[in-house]
Amino acid sequence: MTVSIIRFGGSNCDRDAARAFEHLGIDAEIVWHEDGLPADTNGVLLPGGFSYGDYLRAGAMAARTPIMNDVREAAEGGTPVLGVCNGAQIGCESGLTEGAFTTNASARFQCEPVHLRVENADTPWTAAFEEGEVLEVPIAHGEGRFEIGAERLAELNSEDRVLFRYCDAEGNVTDDANPNGSTENVAGVLGKGNVAVMMPHPERATLPDIGGTDGQGMLEGFA
Amino acid sequence: MTAYTATVTVRLKRGVLDPEAETTKRSLERLGFELDALRSADRFEVDLDADSEDAAAERADEMAERLLANPTIHDYEVEVEQAE
Repeated sequence: MTVSIIRFGGSNCDRDAARAFEHLGIDAEIVWHEDGLPADTNGVLLPGGFSYGDYLRAGAMAARTPIMNDVREAAEGGTPVLGVCNGAQIGCESGLTEGAFTTNASARFQCEPVHLRVENADTPWTAAFEEGEVLEVPIAHGEGRFEIGAERLAELNSEDRVLFRYCDAEGNVTDDANPNGSTENVAGVLGKGNVAVMMPHPERATLPDIGGTDGQGMLEGFA
Repeated sequence: MTAYTATVTVRLKRGVLDPEAETTKRSLERLGFELDALRSADRFEVDLDADSEDAAAERADEMAERLLANPTIHDYEVEVEQAE
């Protein structure tokens, strides 16, 4: 398994992700987007950052680069794809997942630890957890408010494609525990196949030296 | 071929929260202005050559569909006029 960590101009969590994978013993390499997806890619991580300076909308430009055609094709073939933060915005902008991540209700950039409730444990990204388990992982974003039309939201819920919701330390999904005004506290969603996107940063909660390790189980979805 | 300018206006769908507009509104109120609401929109002016006004509008429409707007949160409109 080689995970390709796609680097765009302005990505800045690519090396954090590489360090996290190294710690977990998962083979991974950083790939410059213009070089295309390597043939031995068995997983794709779209890392956080500010690709293309967040011009137009966060993730809008990166989502329309040629390598994303390769990523879509790989995803259709069952390759696991995880988008984190800016990678989540890219995932939604590219149609890999539904909905959109837009300006936080606070209109501010927010960098803070949050609690997440596992909504669906039957995925590679959450197999290490139990449904309803509460995890602590940091967020760092200005455009993380999940928006989706009512019809699509109903589908997302009925098809059990909400991966995580923001919650309090006891696992209650409340307005107070919603850091950015996301619709129904959605913090991460599943696409088709083995595709998922999430605004919180598992790679920042993997190395024991820098705090919590709840992100490990998510990245182990690539193992 | 004729030179046209297509103006694409992209705005949030009604009902989608616009925190930047809310912040701007509060700032105007702090300056002493009275207002009921404020909405923001992005406006793109695209110069292009096309066989007809309809052809120019069609191309600008596709630009909005494929990049300038995000259909999940945005509505958009296209206006075309002959370039001066």
